[in-house]
Amino acid sequence: MKRKNHNNRQVELPNFCHLGINLRIALTVEAVLVAGGVARAADAPAFWAEFIALSALAQPALLLTLLALCAAGRWLRSLPYRLGVSATLALGTTVPLLTTLWLGPLVAGAQPVPLTGVAVFALLIGAGLLAYFNLRARALSPAITEARLQALQARIRPHFLFNSLNAVLSLVRSDPRRAERALENMADLFRSLMGNARQLAPLEDEVALTRAYLELEQLRLGDRLQVAWHIKKMPGDALIPPLVIQPLVENAVYHGIEPQPEGGEISLNIYRSADKVHIVVRNPIATDVSHHKGNRIALANIRERLLLHFDLDAQLKLEPLGAVYQVHIVIPYTRERTQPAPARPHRR
Amino acid sequence: MNAPNLPLRVLIVDDEAPARHRLRDVLADCSAQLQVDIVGEADNGLDALNQVQQQPVDAVLLDIRMPGMDGLECAAHLNQLSAPPAIIFSTAYDAYACQAFDLNAVDYLLKPVRADRLVRALSRAHRLNAVTLDHLRETHPKARTHLSVNEKGRIVLIPVADILYLKAELKYVTVRTAAREFLIEESLTRLENEFDDAFLRIHRNCLVARARIREIGKLPSDDDGHFLRLDGLDERLMVSRRQYSALREKVRAF
Repeated sequence: MKRKNHNNRQVELPNFCHLGINLRIALTVEAVLVAGGVARAADAPAFWAEFIALSALAQPALLLTLLALCAAGRWLRSLPYRLGVSATLALGTTVPLLTTLWLGPLVAGAQPVPLTGVAVFALLIGAGLLAYFNLRARALSPAITEARLQALQARIRPHFLFNSLNAVLSLVRSDPRRAERALENMADLFRSLMGNARQLAPLEDEVALTRAYLELEQLRLGDRLQVAWHIKKMPGDALIPPLVIQPLVENAVYHGIEPQPEGGEISLNIYRSADKVHIVVRNPIATDVSHHKGNRIALANIRERLLLHFDLDAQLKLEPLGAVYQVHIVIPYTRERTQPAPARPHRR
Repeated sequence: MNAPNLPLRVLIVDDEAPARHRLRDVLADCSAQLQVDIVGEADNGLDALNQVQQQPVDAVLLDIRMPGMDGLECAAHLNQLSAPPAIIFSTAYDAYACQAFDLNAVDYLLKPVRADRLVRALSRAHRLNAVTLDHLRETHPKARTHLSVNEKGRIVLIPVADILYLKAELKYVTVRTAAREFLIEESLTRLENEFDDAFLRIHRNCLVARARIREIGKLPSDDDGHFLRLDGLDERLMVSRRQYSALREKVRAF
């Protein structure tokens, strides 16, 4: 199976194109600038003058450095970790130095900016930040995140399990082939549920899983459950955390279809827009409001898993649109990048 | 129940077709131990109530979780009959309900159902008494979709959406719809708790349907007195001083 495994990899450099990483770098630099200003200034007006003078140089330097890091990110991350750190620090020092050479005479007026000062400043902040990212990666990565994700791993509702088993039993005598297929679907579903929560999996696998799940539900609910798939523009190779779509759809069935005697339609819309993958699940809002709480728990669970996997780059939005309830997930589009995909076992 | 050698007349109620199918299979399997005549199938509570009144039924196999009217509500309406059938609840998974059944010694079936369990439940199936049913419904607080009364041996269902007001009078509560009045034997306080969102208290003895409030007016004779009028009803209902301000708040919030 084509999977990206974070687990057996050493600590690596952060992805400098990620919003969360950029935000952390920018905030740290700003905080250091403010601290520097406060230390050197006697009173408030002096602080502002100092801060503005520093910022005029530091902000462009920061922006350019972030751009350079993002551009070189892939190459930096492909180097061995130590070499990567050195290269990152070199880049993180060179860009501010060049910026100072270029902009220094324009903004600093008479007082020249000491180049050594800039170099030491950039080097220290860079080293500090990399040490922080290293610690953070260690703290978040193997054991803790693993346990956290495993605990958050969506669990199948017992109600669904037993009703499905009951439905399969009802088919064993009259339609053994459908019974077989239903059991195969259940096997796929449980394999995923017991699988590694930390591995990202291709979107198409998750879609196949969701289909297997819906087939089981259709067995029980018959015509009451209608499903509209809009996935022609789906990037099947996009990597997403496992069990993100299936629990959303399970929620949609549980809250939107099952409580209604006449049933309803669930629609799934998956597409790529620029570097983001959008997943939109809609279901009718049931008139019966007796079980709304479980819904939030399941959604909070998915939200936290997205946060652990993608930090701030993924979003989950809830949108009640009149008689329809919509969940909209946005995930950065990533693909397997190292080697070509090995043959995957066949999956429906 | 019925004479020993006659087959037991059973009605199967479940919203999922495969689940009904499965019960049929299992009942056929245990025909050697227990003679059963399946008189019908229903996929919802309303249809079940209907069928029980069309023909004699000894026992109802009743799924708890169904859309619309659920199993527990259906059982409560069935109990309005002078000779209600025995009821055996079934559920795939319902931790709280099962606990309540065990506490009240009520037989229930867990899906998928086993033949021996089904035979045992059917052979000792008995009616539920009203107190037990109340206990069960308390563990599963879901507002009913209908109220019911027994009129000349038949269950008359009153959709909650049709009710204009509920008024306590001595031992009974009067249920007023646009068409007519019914008397039910229930407590107004419990009705108030059950239909918390839909009905508002305007007086010690009266609840009105929030969605049907047409106007709240001042009585000309009395400075503090207020009355209330509902859609489709000319009658003026008195609003008590105690309830007036709370009522104003709630109506405004709505």
